[in-house]
Amino acid sequence: MKALSNFWRAMLAIVWKDLATEWRSRELISAMLVFALLVIFIFNFALELTPQTRNDVTSGVLWVTLTFAGTLGLNRSMAVEKDRGCLDGLLLAPVDRTAIYFGKTLANFIFMLLVAAIILPFYSVLYNTNLFVGGLLLVIVLGAWGYVSIGTLLASMAVQARTRDILLPILLFPVTVPLVVAAVKASSGYLKLLDQVEITPWLSLLIVFDLIFTAIAFLVFDSVVEE
Amino acid sequence: MNAKSKWLSVLDVVSIAGFVAAASMVFFYAPMERVMGLVQKVFYFHVATAWIGMLSFFVAMVAGIIYLATHRTRPDAMKWDIVAVAGVEIGLVFTLICIVTGSIWARPIWNSWWTWDPRLTTVTIMELAYAAYLMLRAGIEEPERRARFGAVYSIIAFISVPLTFFSIRIWRTIHPVVIGGSDPSASGAFDMTPRMLQTFFTSLVAFSFLYGSLLWHRIRMGQLAAKVEQLKLRLSE
Repeated sequence: MKALSNFWRAMLAIVWKDLATEWRSRELISAMLVFALLVIFIFNFALELTPQTRNDVTSGVLWVTLTFAGTLGLNRSMAVEKDRGCLDGLLLAPVDRTAIYFGKTLANFIFMLLVAAIILPFYSVLYNTNLFVGGLLLVIVLGAWGYVSIGTLLASMAVQARTRDILLPILLFPVTVPLVVAAVKASSGYLKLLDQVEITPWLSLLIVFDLIFTAIAFLVFDSVVEE
Repeated sequence: MNAKSKWLSVLDVVSIAGFVAAASMVFFYAPMERVMGLVQKVFYFHVATAWIGMLSFFVAMVAGIIYLATHRTRPDAMKWDIVAVAGVEIGLVFTLICIVTGSIWARPIWNSWWTWDPRLTTVTIMELAYAAYLMLRAGIEEPERRARFGAVYSIIAFISVPLTFFSIRIWRTIHPVVIGGSDPSASGAFDMTPRMLQTFFTSLVAFSFLYGSLLWHRIRMGQLAAKVEQLKLRLSE
C-alpha cells in the first residue's frame, strides 16, 4: 500500500514539475499551438477546403495536426531532460522508474489535450462547423493517450541517439499509423453521424492499441533509461 | 571457432537444391491456373517470402526479448543482438521481395501495381517500422546501448506483424485469402488443386531452408565483425 502511494506521489511530482516549468516558460505549448495552426492553414490551401470536401477531410486534418504537434512536444519534453543532465537526476531519485515514465507520459498527454482543446474551437470557428461532439472528444482522449504512451518511450530512446532530431518521427510514425488510422476513422464516423455499430470496431481498435502500447512501454522503459 | 561449420555447408547445399526443386515445380509441375494464367505462379514464392519475412521478424523479437532479459547478468548476451539484427535484415529483404512479387501479380489481375488495401498498407507499415529499426541503430555508436535500444524497438515494431497477418482476415479487402476461407469481395482468389498444394508446400520448405542458411551466415558474419572490432581496439591500445 505504501509502495503504491509512493508511486503516485513520484508520478504526480514529475507531472507537477513539467507543468510548472511549462507554466513559467510557455515555450512548448506556444510552439505546439503556432505549429498546429500553421498546419491547418497549409491544409486549407493544399486541400481547397470548400464546404463540400471539408466534411470528408476534417478528421484527417485534425489528426495530422495533432500528431505533428504532438511529435514536437514529445521531442522537446525529453530533450530538456537530457540537455542539462536532468534525466540523470531523475534516475538517481529513489523512486520506481516506471513512475518516471508515467509522469512524463501524463504530462505529455496533458499538453496534447491542451493543444486539442485550443485547436478544436479554432477549427470550428474558421470552418463554421461544430467539432464539440461527445464521441469525437472521447476519440481524441483515447488517441492522444496511445500516441503519447508509445511516443514518450520512443522519445526517451531518440534523445539518446546521435541523430536525435530526425529520429523520433521515423521511429514513431510507422508504429502509430494503425492507431492514427483508427482514430481518423472513428472521428469521421462521429462527425458524419454514422451509426454507433460502424464506429465501435475502430473504437475497440483504439482501446486495444492503447493497452498494448502502455503495457509494452511499462515493461521496457527500465531498459531504455538504465546506465 | 570461426571456421565455417560443416553443417552450414550441408545446409547451403540443401537450400540450393530445395530452391531449384521448388522453382522447377513451379514452372513444370504445377498446373496453369485457368483464369489468371502464368502470372498466378508468382503466388508460390510470394506467400513463401511473406512467411519468411514474418518468421524473421519474430526471430528478431524473440532474440530482443532474450537480450533484454539476460544482458545484465550474462556477459555473452551480445550474441542475441547479432541474431536480432540478422533477423531484421533478412526479414526486410524477404518482405520487399514479397511486395514486389505482389505488385507483379496485381498489375494484370487488379489492373494496378498498387492499391491502398489494408493488407498492402499494413505490410508497408511493417517494412517501414523495420527500416526505422536500422536507422535507430545507425544513430547510436555505443554497442551496448545500440543493442538495448534495438531490442526494445524490435519488440515495439513486432506489433505490425500480427496486424499484417490478420489484416486480410479482419477487414474487407481485395487481397485473396487462399489458405483458410475465401472472402467473396477478394479479387483474384482461387482454389488450389493437389498439384498446386504440393508445389506450394515445397516452396515453403525450400524457403525455410534458405532462410535457415541465410540466418546462419548472417549471424556468423556478425560474430566475425564483432571480432574484427575487438582486434581493432586491441591494436589501437
